[in-house]
Amino acid sequence: MSAYRYPMPNPSEITSKENFLNRRSFMAGATGALAAPIFFSSAAQAATSLTTIPSKYSTKDEPNPLADITSYNNFYEFGTGKGDPAKNAGSLTTTPWTIETSGLINKPGTIDMEALMRKYPLEERIYRLRCVEAWSMVIPWVGIPLASVLKDLDVQGSAKYVAFETLKRPEEMPGQASVFGSLPWPYVEGLRLDEAMHPLTILAVGLYGEVLPNQNGAPVRLIVPWKYGFKSIKSIVSIKLTENEPPTTWNKAAANEYGFYSNVNPEVSHPRWSQASERVIGAGIFAKKRPTEPFNGYAEEVASLYEGMDLRKFF
Amino acid sequence: MAQSKLLTAPPKWVIYCVAISPAAYYLERAITNNLGPDPLATLENALGEWALILLIIGLMITPIMRFARINLIKYRRPIGLAAFTFVLLHLTVYVVLDRQLNLWEIWIDILKRPYITIGVAAFLMLLPMAITSNNRSIRKLGAESWRKLHKLVYPAVILGAAHYVLLEKTWQLEPILYLTAMIGLVAIRQVWARRKRKT
Repeated sequence: MSAYRYPMPNPSEITSKENFLNRRSFMAGATGALAAPIFFSSAAQAATSLTTIPSKYSTKDEPNPLADITSYNNFYEFGTGKGDPAKNAGSLTTTPWTIETSGLINKPGTIDMEALMRKYPLEERIYRLRCVEAWSMVIPWVGIPLASVLKDLDVQGSAKYVAFETLKRPEEMPGQASVFGSLPWPYVEGLRLDEAMHPLTILAVGLYGEVLPNQNGAPVRLIVPWKYGFKSIKSIVSIKLTENEPPTTWNKAAANEYGFYSNVNPEVSHPRWSQASERVIGAGIFAKKRPTEPFNGYAEEVASLYEGMDLRKFF
Repeated sequence: MAQSKLLTAPPKWVIYCVAISPAAYYLERAITNNLGPDPLATLENALGEWALILLIIGLMITPIMRFARINLIKYRRPIGLAAFTFVLLHLTVYVVLDRQLNLWEIWIDILKRPYITIGVAAFLMLLPMAITSNNRSIRKLGAESWRKLHKLVYPAVILGAAHYVLLEKTWQLEPILYLTAMIGLVAIRQVWARRKRKT
């Protein structure tokens, strides 16, 4: 098996961004049946592109253009404005990168990013993303099922939760150095072990067939598509298996507004706004809102995880 | 020394047009779909923010007169009305585009979401002021009660800025600056009033 070479040049040096700026018009412009092969083969020639396999878990919905996904971000480490991450995240050094693995596992240690991307097949997962702020996008992630990675860590029987931690590096993350809009750093998140092992849960390493842009949580982030976006922690440096429910950042900041579970639920309002519907990013200002679906439309796959739980109490 | 005539040379309607020109810019961008990935939030927030900016400018006219001895009082009404125009546009965008005329949802918002409750309260305070911003109303109400009515602007601006502070997920600098400015501009009037009572 040939070794995966982690890309070193800047994406802008190799692939013109215009190719990806608007997938919709590109696809429309290309002739029907030929469109997909052309798209993937041309992308495959670029050094930043990733070889991916499709997944049955992808939604059929049309993904948002790359420009939306990379210019409209919540990543408070780089500022609280939606455009701040795109503006400020360029300073983040993502190579070399390792994830510390610890806690209730038989193989503690570190995972090297390059090794991670070599070891597991990369899948394209087109998922809906529902932000707690009542907007949504459709995003073609590239990722690895978290379950595959956890299995290789040899999780001990007593482990019940997985705790994640984002990089803390204020010299490269201006939002961590700022007093205003600040959260306790580093950003921490957690999942119940069965949620973490669910096949929909992935560690994303790419977007639109290329390595993850910094503003989207490079080089590796969690994606849990049935939960509000803030659960999908970015730029992960630590994964720890625990027996007790780990603390989570937004829950620490405002426990009455952000629960540990934070499953997308149109019936449980955020105390300050309704979650019944969502603004579809890219649909235009006059578009009708999309009614929010329980578990963000993934109820069939995940509702059984919460059987017998009062989801108003465990919001 | 008398102030330069140049300062008050532009007619009031010119000041009104200049003050509401950002609305034209945003409406043009909205119609041509040029407001970025989340145009609704961008438009709603921008209209609200311009209302706050113009309310601050309106409240600065008296302090400027007292401290800098520049009398711009003739522009207070067009600036106030321009601020109200932004409030009205902001509210219209919320009702028509954001809540999409779902009156039940709006009612629930007003009852259950404090920042909406506060925003609506501020609007209801500004409304009678806007309606009576004309010479005929001053005559009809009498100068004294007209002035009393227009003191509603003080609670309204503080509620307006609090509305902004409360809708953010964390304590953010910009809304806090607006709230500080509003409290400062209202407080200075309390200081003046107290001094006047003493002398």
